[in-house]
Amino acid sequence: MTEQTTRLVLPSHIEAVADAAAAVADFVKKCGVSDEGAFGIEMAVREAVTNAMVHGNQEDETKSVIVTFNCRGNELEVEVADQGTGFDPAEIPDPTDPANLMKTSGRGIFLMRTFMDEVEWLARPDGGTTVRMRKKFQSDNEEKLQSWQNSTSASDKPAM
Amino acid sequence: MAELNIRERQAGDVTVLDMDGRITIGEGSVALRSAIRRLLEEGKKKILLNLAGVGYIDSSGIGELVSSYTAINKDGGQLKLLSLTQKLRDLLTITKLLTVFDAYDTEAEALNNFK
Repeated sequence: MTEQTTRLVLPSHIEAVADAAAAVADFVKKCGVSDEGAFGIEMAVREAVTNAMVHGNQEDETKSVIVTFNCRGNELEVEVADQGTGFDPAEIPDPTDPANLMKTSGRGIFLMRTFMDEVEWLARPDGGTTVRMRKKFQSDNEEKLQSWQNSTSASDKPAM
Repeated sequence: MAELNIRERQAGDVTVLDMDGRITIGEGSVALRSAIRRLLEEGKKKILLNLAGVGYIDSSGIGELVSSYTAINKDGGQLKLLSLTQKLRDLLTITKLLTVFDAYDTEAEALNNFK
């Protein structure tokens, strides 16, 4: 498959999160990601862009968030860059810990890690933070084939 | 079209909110927060959220559900969830919040479990 790349420059206001979500939904469809995979990728991108706007750029509309999607073969890479002062992801508490379960925020990074294969944060020398996320995916056709193979092998098994 | 449409109806002393759309950061989360706040101000403390029409929720929306649950409990009320879509059920499972919320598949079952 040909490599595809899309780059968005977004203002730091919450309404633009939906623009990023719409763009990634469109992009992953073109890459052939299944609907199931697309749900998780859109979720991770929404959370990363929200964090970049709210926590990174502090919703300062003079600062931008740059989102880059890249698709090569069956791997998607997304980078979300802000102009904030950075943070240590290790300091974010586990939202599934009973002590944190009733907190009203702090689940974004957990969801990003849940839905993507790799998530890393890079402090850029020019200032700002870039979060890079990668995901290997099955195309719609591969998913249907896998499902058909599973059902076929299940029906081959003798009844217990 | 609004990101989240909320229709309110009464089933006995329980207020049912039929929700349709997305509960995401911004408009969707704010609409849910405003609806819950208004019901509590009106003294309606038994609230059933029908989420059958909610196809998408983000961490902000999940946070808003938690916030609603806490606010209603603090006021001596009860919040229950109805008709979670599979995706929403999965999200509440991985965030371990399905252990917190009372969630039901049918309205009759949900209504019967309000005290």
